[in-house]
Amino acid sequence: MSLDSDRDRNAKRRWLPRAEPKGWTSLDLLAEQEAHLRPHKPKSLCGLSFLDSAFHSRHRTRRVQESRLQPRLLREPAAPAMSIFEYNGSAVVAMVGKNCFAIASDRRLGVQLQTIATDFKRVFKIHDKLYIGLSGLATDAQTLYQRLVFRHKLYQLREERDMKPQTFASLVSALLYEKRFGPYFCQPVIAGLGEDNEPFICTMDCIGAKELAKDFVVSGTASESLYGACESMYKPNMEPDELFETISQALLSSVDRDCLSGWGGYVLLVTPTEVQERVLKSRMD
Amino acid sequence: MGDSQYSFSLTTFSPSGKLVQIEHALTAVGSGQTSLGIKAANGVVIATEKKLPSILVDETSVQKIQTLTPNIGVVYSGMGPDFRVLVRKSRKQAQQYYRLYKETIPVTQLVRETAAVMQEFTQSGGVRPFGVSLLIAGYDDNGPQLYQVDPSGSYFSWKASAMGKNVSNAKTFLEKRYTEDMELDDAIHTTILTLKEGYLVFLICCFCLIPLFQSNLIEF
Repeated sequence: MSLDSDRDRNAKRRWLPRAEPKGWTSLDLLAEQEAHLRPHKPKSLCGLSFLDSAFHSRHRTRRVQESRLQPRLLREPAAPAMSIFEYNGSAVVAMVGKNCFAIASDRRLGVQLQTIATDFKRVFKIHDKLYIGLSGLATDAQTLYQRLVFRHKLYQLREERDMKPQTFASLVSALLYEKRFGPYFCQPVIAGLGEDNEPFICTMDCIGAKELAKDFVVSGTASESLYGACESMYKPNMEPDELFETISQALLSSVDRDCLSGWGGYVLLVTPTEVQERVLKSRMD
Repeated sequence: MGDSQYSFSLTTFSPSGKLVQIEHALTAVGSGQTSLGIKAANGVVIATEKKLPSILVDETSVQKIQTLTPNIGVVYSGMGPDFRVLVRKSRKQAQQYYRLYKETIPVTQLVRETAAVMQEFTQSGGVRPFGVSLLIAGYDDNGPQLYQVDPSGSYFSWKASAMGKNVSNAKTFLEKRYTEDMELDDAIHTTILTLKEGYLVFLICCFCLIPLFQSNLIEF
Protein backbone atom coordinates (compact mmCIF):
# COMPACT_ATOMS: atom_id res chain seq x y z
CA MET A 1 0.00 0.00 0.00
CA SER A 2 2.77 2.44 0.91
CA LEU A 3 4.65 1.55 -2.27
CA ASP A 4 1.56 2.43 -4.25
CA SER A 5 1.20 5.85 -2.64
CA ASP A 6 4.91 6.56 -3.19
CA ARG A 7 4.53 5.73 -6.82
CA ASP A 8 1.43 7.90 -6.94
CA ARG A 9 3.29 10.87 -5.53
CA ASN A 10 6.23 10.47 -7.91
CA ALA A 11 3.96 9.97 -10.86
CA LYS A 12 1.99 13.10 -10.03
CA ARG A 13 5.15 15.17 -9.66
CA ARG A 14 6.40 14.07 -13.04
CA TRP A 15 3.23 14.63 -15.00
CA LEU A 16 1.94 17.92 -13.70
CA PRO A 17 2.22 20.59 -16.41
CA ARG A 18 5.08 22.98 -15.84
CA ALA A 19 4.42 26.70 -15.19
CA GLU A 20 1.67 27.17 -17.75
CA PRO A 21 -1.18 29.58 -17.15
CA LYS A 22 -4.29 27.67 -16.21
CA GLY A 23 -6.31 29.12 -19.02
CA TRP A 24 -4.35 27.16 -21.62
CA THR A 25 -4.72 23.61 -20.57
CA SER A 26 -8.07 23.21 -22.29
CA LEU A 27 -6.22 23.56 -25.60
CA ASP A 28 -3.16 21.63 -24.61
CA LEU A 29 -3.05 18.78 -27.06
CA LEU A 30 -0.92 16.80 -24.68
CA ALA A 31 -3.49 17.03 -21.94
CA GLU A 32 -5.47 14.19 -23.45
CA GLN A 33 -2.36 12.10 -23.75
CA GLU A 34 -1.30 12.79 -20.23
CA ALA A 35 -4.75 12.43 -18.74
CA HIS A 36 -4.92 8.70 -18.92
CA LEU A 37 -1.40 8.38 -17.58
CA ARG A 38 -2.16 10.51 -14.55
CA PRO A 39 -3.16 8.44 -11.53
CA HIS A 40 -6.75 8.93 -10.62
CA LYS A 41 -7.31 11.18 -7.65
CA PRO A 42 -10.86 12.28 -6.90
CA LYS A 43 -11.53 15.99 -6.51
CA SER A 44 -8.00 17.18 -7.34
CA LEU A 45 -9.23 19.22 -10.26
CA CYS A 46 -7.23 22.37 -9.64
CA GLY A 47 -4.71 22.80 -12.41
CA LEU A 48 -6.51 20.34 -14.65
CA SER A 49 -8.63 21.34 -17.58
CA PHE A 50 -12.24 20.69 -18.36
CA LEU A 51 -11.13 17.90 -20.72
CA ASP A 52 -9.07 16.23 -18.04
CA SER A 53 -11.86 16.32 -15.54
CA ALA A 54 -14.02 14.48 -18.04
CA PHE A 55 -11.63 11.59 -17.84
CA HIS A 56 -11.81 11.29 -14.11
CA SER A 57 -14.56 8.81 -13.58
CA ARG A 58 -14.87 5.59 -11.76
CA HIS A 59 -14.31 3.62 -14.96
CA ARG A 60 -11.09 5.46 -15.56
CA THR A 61 -9.62 4.30 -12.29
CA ARG A 62 -9.79 0.68 -13.32
CA ARG A 63 -8.27 1.31 -16.72
CA VAL A 64 -5.43 3.32 -15.27
CA GLN A 65 -4.66 0.60 -12.79
CA GLU A 66 -4.74 -2.00 -15.54
CA SER A 67 -2.40 0.04 -17.64
CA ARG A 68 0.11 0.13 -14.83
CA LEU A 69 0.23 -3.64 -14.87
CA GLN A 70 0.97 -3.71 -18.59
CA PRO A 71 2.67 -0.41 -19.10
CA ARG A 72 4.30 -1.00 -22.48
CA LEU A 73 1.22 -2.29 -24.27
CA LEU A 74 -1.47 0.23 -23.38
CA ARG A 75 0.50 3.40 -22.87
CA GLU A 76 1.54 5.71 -25.73
CA PRO A 77 5.06 5.13 -27.07
CA ALA A 78 7.69 6.56 -24.74
CA ALA A 79 6.93 10.25 -24.43
CA PRO A 80 8.24 12.31 -21.55
CA ALA A 81 5.87 15.10 -20.62
CA MET A 82 6.71 18.03 -22.84
CA SER A 83 5.56 21.58 -22.91
CA ILE A 84 3.64 22.58 -26.00
CA PHE A 85 6.54 24.87 -26.91
CA GLU A 86 8.85 21.88 -27.10
CA TYR A 87 6.60 19.82 -29.31
CA ASN A 88 8.32 20.73 -32.57
CA GLY A 89 11.66 22.10 -31.36
CA SER A 90 13.15 25.34 -32.63
CA ALA A 91 15.94 27.86 -32.25
CA VAL A 92 15.89 31.42 -33.57
CA VAL A 93 18.40 34.19 -32.99
CA ALA A 94 18.87 37.72 -34.34
CA MET A 95 21.88 39.99 -33.95
CA VAL A 96 22.67 43.60 -34.72
CA GLY A 97 25.80 44.69 -36.55
CA LYS A 98 27.01 47.92 -38.09
CA ASN A 99 24.11 49.13 -40.30
CA CYS A 100 23.11 45.53 -40.80
CA PHE A 101 21.42 42.69 -38.95
CA ALA A 102 21.39 38.90 -39.15
CA ILE A 103 18.61 36.49 -38.28
CA ALA A 104 19.19 32.75 -38.06
CA SER A 105 17.25 29.62 -37.24
CA ASP A 106 17.68 25.88 -37.14
CA ARG A 107 16.02 23.67 -39.75
CA ARG A 108 14.61 20.78 -37.76
CA LEU A 109 10.93 19.99 -37.66
CA GLY A 110 10.18 17.24 -35.19
CA VAL A 111 7.22 15.61 -33.54
CA GLN A 112 8.48 15.32 -30.00
CA LEU A 113 11.58 13.18 -30.34
CA GLN A 114 11.18 12.09 -33.93
CA THR A 115 12.64 14.28 -36.67
CA ILE A 116 10.22 14.74 -39.54
CA ALA A 117 11.93 17.32 -41.75
CA THR A 118 15.35 18.93 -42.00
CA ASP A 119 14.45 21.87 -44.21
CA PHE A 120 11.75 23.60 -42.21
CA LYS A 121 11.50 27.34 -42.71
CA ARG A 122 11.19 29.43 -39.57
CA VAL A 123 12.39 32.82 -40.77
CA PHE A 124 9.97 34.63 -43.07
CA LYS A 125 10.15 37.82 -45.08
CA ILE A 126 7.62 40.57 -44.55
CA HIS A 127 9.25 43.06 -46.87
CA ASP A 128 12.75 43.68 -48.19
CA LYS A 129 13.99 45.12 -44.93
CA LEU A 130 11.86 43.29 -42.39
CA TYR A 131 12.03 39.64 -41.36
CA ILE A 132 10.32 37.64 -38.65
CA GLY A 133 11.45 34.36 -37.12
CA LEU A 134 8.84 32.31 -35.30
CA SER A 135 9.86 29.62 -32.81
CA GLY A 136 7.57 27.29 -30.92
CA LEU A 137 4.68 25.28 -32.30
CA ALA A 138 5.16 24.95 -36.06
CA THR A 139 1.50 25.16 -37.03
CA ASP A 140 1.02 28.35 -35.04
CA ALA A 141 4.19 29.79 -36.57
CA GLN A 142 2.87 29.19 -40.08
CA THR A 143 -0.63 30.48 -39.34
CA LEU A 144 0.65 33.55 -37.53
CA TYR A 145 2.95 34.31 -40.44
CA GLN A 146 0.03 34.08 -42.89
CA ARG A 147 -2.02 36.47 -40.77
CA LEU A 148 0.85 38.94 -40.52
CA VAL A 149 1.52 38.92 -44.25
CA PHE A 150 -2.19 39.54 -44.81
CA ARG A 151 -2.18 42.53 -42.49
CA HIS A 152 1.01 43.91 -43.98
CA LYS A 153 -0.19 43.62 -47.56
CA LEU A 154 -3.37 45.53 -46.71
CA TYR A 155 -1.29 48.16 -44.93
CA GLN A 156 0.93 48.49 -48.00
CA LEU A 157 -2.10 48.99 -50.24
CA ARG A 158 -3.77 51.50 -47.96
CA GLU A 159 -0.79 53.56 -46.94
CA GLU A 160 1.34 53.04 -50.06
CA ARG A 161 4.44 52.34 -48.02
CA ASP A 162 6.17 49.50 -46.16
CA MET A 163 5.70 49.08 -42.45
CA LYS A 164 8.46 50.27 -40.17
CA PRO A 165 9.92 47.54 -37.95
CA GLN A 166 8.74 49.25 -34.76
CA THR A 167 5.22 49.54 -36.13
CA PHE A 168 5.26 45.91 -37.20
CA ALA A 169 6.42 44.84 -33.75
CA SER A 170 3.51 46.73 -32.19
CA LEU A 171 1.13 45.03 -34.63
CA VAL A 172 2.47 41.56 -33.77
CA SER A 173 2.19 42.34 -30.09
CA ALA A 174 -1.43 43.46 -30.50
CA LEU A 175 -2.34 40.38 -32.56
CA LEU A 176 -0.82 38.05 -29.98
CA TYR A 177 -2.56 39.73 -27.08
CA GLU A 178 -5.90 39.43 -28.88
CA LYS A 179 -5.55 35.72 -28.21
CA ARG A 180 -4.63 36.19 -24.57
CA PHE A 181 -6.72 33.28 -23.29
CA GLY A 182 -6.06 30.86 -26.11
CA PRO A 183 -2.72 31.99 -27.49
CA TYR A 184 -0.54 31.20 -30.45
CA PHE A 185 2.20 29.01 -29.02
CA CYS A 186 5.09 30.82 -30.62
CA GLN A 187 7.67 33.40 -29.70
CA PRO A 188 8.44 35.77 -32.55
CA VAL A 189 11.80 37.35 -33.24
CA ILE A 190 11.48 40.47 -35.37
CA ALA A 191 14.45 42.02 -37.17
CA GLY A 192 14.47 44.90 -39.62
CA LEU A 193 16.17 48.03 -40.92
CA GLY A 194 14.23 51.13 -39.91
CA GLU A 195 14.56 54.79 -40.81
CA ASP A 196 18.04 55.66 -42.03
CA ASN A 197 18.75 51.92 -42.19
CA GLU A 198 19.07 51.72 -38.41
CA PRO A 199 18.87 48.01 -37.44
CA PHE A 200 16.01 47.05 -35.13
CA ILE A 201 15.49 43.74 -33.32
CA CYS A 202 12.99 42.62 -30.77
CA THR A 203 11.39 39.50 -29.41
CA MET A 204 8.22 38.84 -27.47
CA ASP A 205 6.60 36.06 -25.53
CA CYS A 206 3.58 34.19 -26.81
CA ILE A 207 1.12 36.79 -25.53
CA GLY A 208 2.87 39.86 -26.88
CA ALA A 209 5.21 41.22 -24.21
CA LYS A 210 7.75 43.09 -26.31
CA GLU A 211 11.41 43.00 -25.42
CA LEU A 212 13.65 45.40 -27.37
CA ALA A 213 17.37 44.83 -27.44
CA LYS A 214 20.38 46.59 -28.87
CA ASP A 215 22.58 43.53 -29.34
CA PHE A 216 20.84 40.19 -29.82
CA VAL A 217 17.58 38.36 -29.15
CA VAL A 218 16.94 34.61 -28.93
CA SER A 219 13.98 32.28 -28.70
CA GLY A 220 13.12 28.60 -28.96
CA THR A 221 13.97 25.40 -27.14
CA ALA A 222 17.68 26.19 -27.36
CA SER A 223 17.23 29.70 -25.96
CA GLU A 224 19.19 29.10 -22.77
CA SER A 225 22.27 27.88 -24.65
CA LEU A 226 21.76 30.66 -27.18
CA TYR A 227 21.80 33.31 -24.48
CA GLY A 228 25.12 32.00 -23.21
CA ALA A 229 26.71 31.66 -26.63
CA CYS A 230 25.56 35.08 -27.87
CA GLU A 231 26.57 36.82 -24.67
CA SER A 232 30.11 35.55 -24.95
CA MET A 233 30.54 35.86 -28.72
CA TYR A 234 28.80 39.17 -29.38
CA LYS A 235 30.67 42.41 -30.04
CA PRO A 236 29.03 45.71 -30.97
CA ASN A 237 29.43 47.23 -34.47
CA MET A 238 30.47 44.11 -36.32
CA GLU A 239 30.85 44.23 -40.09
CA PRO A 240 28.53 41.95 -42.09
CA ASP A 241 31.08 39.18 -42.63
CA GLU A 242 32.08 39.07 -39.00
CA LEU A 243 28.44 39.21 -37.93
CA PHE A 244 27.67 36.24 -40.13
CA GLU A 245 30.49 34.23 -38.57
CA THR A 246 29.44 35.13 -35.06
CA ILE A 247 25.79 34.34 -35.44
CA SER A 248 26.51 31.06 -37.20
CA GLN A 249 28.91 29.93 -34.48
CA ALA A 250 26.50 30.96 -31.76
CA LEU A 251 23.61 29.12 -33.39
CA LEU A 252 25.48 25.92 -34.17
CA SER A 253 27.11 25.59 -30.77
CA SER A 254 23.81 26.20 -29.00
CA VAL A 255 21.71 23.78 -30.98
CA ASP A 256 24.34 21.12 -30.42
CA ARG A 257 23.37 21.28 -26.78
CA ASP A 258 19.66 20.87 -27.49
CA CYS A 259 18.23 17.62 -28.71
CA LEU A 260 15.10 19.19 -30.17
CA SER A 261 16.73 21.68 -32.52
CA GLY A 262 19.50 21.51 -35.06
CA TRP A 263 19.83 19.47 -38.26
CA GLY A 264 21.35 22.41 -40.11
CA GLY A 265 21.15 26.16 -39.87
CA TYR A 266 19.77 28.99 -41.98
CA VAL A 267 21.25 32.46 -41.75
CA LEU A 268 19.97 35.64 -43.35
CA LEU A 269 22.17 38.70 -43.35
CA VAL A 270 20.56 42.00 -44.36
CA THR A 271 22.42 45.20 -45.22
CA PRO A 272 20.95 48.35 -46.78
CA THR A 273 22.01 47.17 -50.23
CA GLU A 274 21.73 43.39 -50.22
CA VAL A 275 20.40 40.28 -48.54
CA GLN A 276 22.56 37.18 -48.11
CA GLU A 277 20.95 33.83 -47.39
CA ARG A 278 23.09 30.91 -46.36
CA VAL A 279 22.41 27.35 -45.25
CA LEU A 280 24.78 25.94 -42.66
CA LYS A 281 25.96 22.38 -42.55
CA SER A 282 26.09 21.02 -39.03
CA ARG A 283 25.88 17.86 -37.00
CA MET A 284 22.82 16.01 -38.28
CA ASP A 285 21.53 14.92 -34.97
CA MET B 1 -39.96 67.07 -61.28
CA GLY B 2 -39.59 63.37 -61.10
CA ASP B 3 -36.91 63.83 -58.50
CA SER B 4 -39.24 65.08 -55.82
CA GLN B 5 -40.88 61.70 -55.51
CA TYR B 6 -37.51 60.30 -54.49
CA SER B 7 -36.47 63.11 -52.24
CA PHE B 8 -37.70 61.54 -49.03
CA SER B 9 -35.85 58.29 -49.14
CA LEU B 10 -32.11 58.36 -48.67
CA THR B 11 -31.49 54.89 -49.92
CA THR B 12 -33.28 55.19 -53.25
CA PHE B 13 -31.74 56.65 -56.38
CA SER B 14 -33.80 59.14 -58.32
CA PRO B 15 -34.29 58.57 -62.06
CA SER B 16 -31.66 61.19 -62.81
CA GLY B 17 -29.13 59.15 -60.88
CA LYS B 18 -28.90 61.37 -57.82
CA LEU B 19 -29.45 60.68 -54.17
CA VAL B 20 -31.63 63.68 -53.47
CA GLN B 21 -31.03 63.62 -49.73
CA ILE B 22 -27.36 64.18 -50.29
CA GLU B 23 -28.13 67.13 -52.54
CA HIS B 24 -30.25 68.56 -49.72
CA ALA B 25 -27.41 67.95 -47.28
CA LEU B 26 -25.09 69.94 -49.54
CA THR B 27 -27.64 72.74 -49.52
CA ALA B 28 -27.57 72.70 -45.73
CA VAL B 29 -23.79 72.98 -45.91
CA GLY B 30 -24.04 75.81 -48.39
CA SER B 31 -26.09 77.87 -45.99
CA GLY B 32 -23.67 77.36 -43.11
CA GLN B 33 -21.01 79.82 -42.05
CA THR B 34 -18.03 80.27 -44.30
CA SER B 35 -14.91 78.30 -43.62
CA LEU B 36 -11.76 78.00 -45.67
CA GLY B 37 -8.30 76.53 -45.70
CA ILE B 38 -4.98 77.19 -47.43
CA LYS B 39 -2.03 74.86 -47.77
CA ALA B 40 1.28 76.72 -47.60
CA ALA B 41 4.74 75.45 -48.33
CA ASN B 42 5.60 74.95 -44.67
CA GLY B 43 2.23 74.55 -43.02
CA VAL B 44 -1.51 74.66 -43.46
CA VAL B 45 -4.13 77.09 -42.08
CA ILE B 46 -7.87 76.67 -41.68
CA ALA B 47 -10.22 79.38 -40.54
CA THR B 48 -13.88 80.09 -40.07
CA GLU B 49 -16.13 82.88 -39.05
CA LYS B 50 -17.47 82.55 -35.55
CA LYS B 51 -20.80 84.37 -35.64
CA LEU B 52 -22.76 83.98 -32.43
CA PRO B 53 -26.53 84.46 -32.32
CA SER B 54 -26.31 87.06 -29.54
CA ILE B 55 -23.71 88.97 -27.51
CA LEU B 56 -24.90 87.12 -24.44
CA VAL B 57 -23.49 83.79 -25.67
CA ASP B 58 -20.33 82.72 -23.92
CA GLU B 59 -17.96 82.53 -26.87
CA THR B 60 -15.48 80.21 -25.11
CA SER B 61 -18.11 77.49 -25.08
CA VAL B 62 -18.48 77.45 -28.83
CA GLN B 63 -15.70 75.52 -30.55
CA LYS B 64 -15.83 75.66 -34.29
CA ILE B 65 -12.34 74.32 -34.90
CA GLN B 66 -11.22 71.13 -33.18
CA THR B 67 -8.07 69.01 -33.08
CA LEU B 68 -8.36 65.34 -34.00
CA THR B 69 -4.74 64.56 -33.10
CA PRO B 70 -1.94 66.93 -32.05
CA ASN B 71 -1.08 67.36 -35.73
CA ILE B 72 -4.50 67.20 -37.42
CA GLY B 73 -7.26 69.79 -37.09
CA VAL B 74 -10.71 70.15 -38.61
CA VAL B 75 -13.21 72.93 -39.38
CA TYR B 76 -16.74 72.63 -40.77
CA SER B 77 -19.58 74.32 -42.52
CA GLY B 78 -23.12 73.23 -41.75
CA MET B 79 -24.72 71.72 -38.65
CA GLY B 80 -22.73 72.01 -35.45
CA PRO B 81 -24.11 68.92 -33.69
CA ASP B 82 -23.27 66.68 -36.66
CA PHE B 83 -19.74 68.08 -36.54
CA ARG B 84 -19.37 67.13 -32.89
CA VAL B 85 -20.38 63.54 -33.60
CA LEU B 86 -17.87 63.25 -36.45
CA VAL B 87 -15.08 64.74 -34.37
CA ARG B 88 -15.76 62.21 -31.66
CA LYS B 89 -15.70 59.28 -34.08
CA SER B 90 -12.56 60.50 -35.85
CA ARG B 91 -10.69 60.99 -32.60
CA LYS B 92 -11.57 57.46 -31.58
CA GLN B 93 -10.34 56.06 -34.90
CA ALA B 94 -7.09 57.98 -34.59
CA GLN B 95 -6.53 56.52 -31.14
CA GLN B 96 -7.38 53.00 -32.29
CA TYR B 97 -4.77 53.34 -35.00
CA TYR B 98 -2.23 54.46 -32.44
CA ARG B 99 -3.10 51.61 -30.13
CA LEU B 100 -2.49 49.07 -32.88
CA TYR B 101 0.61 50.50 -34.51
CA LYS B 102 2.04 52.80 -31.79
CA GLU B 103 2.38 55.39 -34.55
CA THR B 104 0.35 58.59 -35.09
CA ILE B 105 -2.18 58.16 -37.87
CA PRO B 106 -1.25 59.68 -41.24
CA VAL B 107 -3.63 62.40 -42.44
CA THR B 108 -4.78 60.43 -45.50
CA GLN B 109 -5.77 57.43 -43.38
CA LEU B 110 -7.81 59.52 -40.96
CA VAL B 111 -9.54 61.32 -43.82
CA ARG B 112 -10.32 57.99 -45.45
CA GLU B 113 -11.86 56.60 -42.30
CA THR B 114 -13.89 59.74 -41.58
CA ALA B 115 -15.17 59.71 -45.14
CA ALA B 116 -16.08 56.03 -44.72
CA VAL B 117 -18.20 56.93 -41.68
CA MET B 118 -19.97 59.66 -43.63
CA GLN B 119 -20.61 57.28 -46.51
CA GLU B 120 -22.08 54.70 -44.13
CA PHE B 121 -24.78 57.17 -43.22
CA THR B 122 -25.77 57.47 -46.87
CA GLN B 123 -26.39 53.78 -47.30
CA SER B 124 -27.98 52.57 -44.10
CA GLY B 125 -31.67 52.48 -43.35
CA GLY B 126 -33.25 54.90 -40.95
CA VAL B 127 -30.41 57.42 -40.85
CA ARG B 128 -29.80 60.69 -42.63
CA PRO B 129 -26.54 62.01 -44.08
CA PHE B 130 -24.37 64.33 -41.99
CA GLY B 131 -25.20 67.96 -42.69
CA VAL B 132 -21.56 69.11 -42.64
CA SER B 133 -18.63 69.42 -44.96
CA LEU B 134 -15.29 69.14 -43.22
CA LEU B 135 -11.96 70.72 -44.00
CA ILE B 136 -9.28 68.52 -42.44
CA ALA B 137 -5.82 70.03 -42.17
CA GLY B 138 -2.83 68.00 -41.09
CA TYR B 139 0.94 67.82 -41.08
CA ASP B 140 2.73 64.46 -41.23
CA ASP B 141 5.65 62.76 -42.95
CA ASN B 142 4.21 63.72 -46.33
CA GLY B 143 4.20 67.40 -45.42
CA PRO B 144 1.20 69.73 -45.01
CA GLN B 145 -2.12 68.44 -46.33
CA LEU B 146 -5.64 69.84 -46.70
CA TYR B 147 -8.68 67.69 -47.43
CA GLN B 148 -12.37 68.45 -47.86
CA VAL B 149 -14.91 65.75 -46.97
CA ASP B 150 -18.50 66.06 -48.23
CA PRO B 151 -21.73 64.62 -46.77
CA SER B 152 -21.69 61.98 -49.51
CA GLY B 153 -18.38 60.66 -48.21
CA SER B 154 -16.23 61.82 -51.09
CA TYR B 155 -13.02 63.59 -50.24
CA PHE B 156 -10.66 65.81 -52.19
CA SER B 157 -7.23 67.18 -51.52
CA TRP B 158 -7.02 70.93 -52.00
CA LYS B 159 -4.32 73.55 -52.18
CA ALA B 160 -6.89 76.10 -51.06
CA SER B 161 -10.63 75.77 -50.61
CA ALA B 162 -13.69 77.39 -49.13
CA MET B 163 -17.11 76.10 -48.06
CA GLY B 164 -20.40 77.46 -46.80
CA LYS B 165 -21.96 80.81 -47.62
CA ASN B 166 -20.37 83.00 -50.24
CA VAL B 167 -18.24 80.15 -51.44
CA SER B 168 -17.95 81.24 -55.09
CA ASN B 169 -16.62 84.69 -54.17
CA ALA B 170 -14.23 83.21 -51.69
CA LYS B 171 -12.92 80.64 -54.19
CA THR B 172 -12.42 83.29 -56.88
CA PHE B 173 -10.48 85.41 -54.42
CA LEU B 174 -8.35 82.43 -53.40
CA GLU B 175 -7.62 81.52 -57.01
CA LYS B 176 -6.24 84.98 -57.57
CA ARG B 177 -4.20 85.19 -54.41
CA TYR B 178 -2.88 81.65 -54.10
CA THR B 179 0.73 80.86 -55.07
CA GLU B 180 2.50 77.50 -54.84
CA ASP B 181 5.36 78.68 -52.63
CA MET B 182 3.35 80.68 -50.14
CA GLU B 183 4.75 80.91 -46.65
CA LEU B 184 2.52 80.22 -43.67
CA ASP B 185 2.31 83.86 -42.61
CA ASP B 186 1.19 84.87 -46.09
CA ALA B 187 -1.39 82.11 -46.00
CA ILE B 188 -2.82 83.31 -42.71
CA HIS B 189 -2.99 86.84 -44.07
CA THR B 190 -4.76 85.68 -47.21
CA THR B 191 -7.23 83.65 -45.20
CA ILE B 192 -8.27 86.62 -43.13
CA LEU B 193 -8.58 88.81 -46.19
CA THR B 194 -10.77 86.21 -47.88
CA LEU B 195 -13.10 86.00 -44.94
CA LYS B 196 -13.38 89.75 -44.71
CA GLU B 197 -14.11 89.96 -48.41
CA GLY B 198 -17.59 88.58 -47.97
CA TYR B 199 -19.23 90.86 -45.50
CA LEU B 200 -18.84 92.29 -42.05
CA VAL B 201 -17.11 89.65 -40.06
CA PHE B 202 -17.50 89.65 -36.30
CA LEU B 203 -15.09 87.04 -35.09
CA ILE B 204 -12.56 84.87 -36.86
CA CYS B 205 -11.03 81.67 -35.62
CA CYS B 206 -7.83 80.69 -37.23
CA PHE B 207 -5.99 77.43 -36.88
CA CYS B 208 -2.58 76.81 -38.34
CA LEU B 209 -0.31 73.82 -38.48
CA ILE B 210 3.41 74.21 -38.87
CA PRO B 211 6.35 71.85 -39.03
CA LEU B 212 7.37 70.03 -35.88
CA PHE B 213 3.73 69.03 -35.77
CA GLN B 214 2.68 72.00 -33.70
CA SER B 215 -0.70 73.56 -34.01
CA ASN B 216 -1.88 76.95 -32.90
CA LEU B 217 -5.41 78.15 -32.41
CA ILE B 218 -5.84 81.91 -32.68
CA GLU B 219 -9.03 83.75 -32.11
CA PHE B 220 -9.53 87.41 -32.79
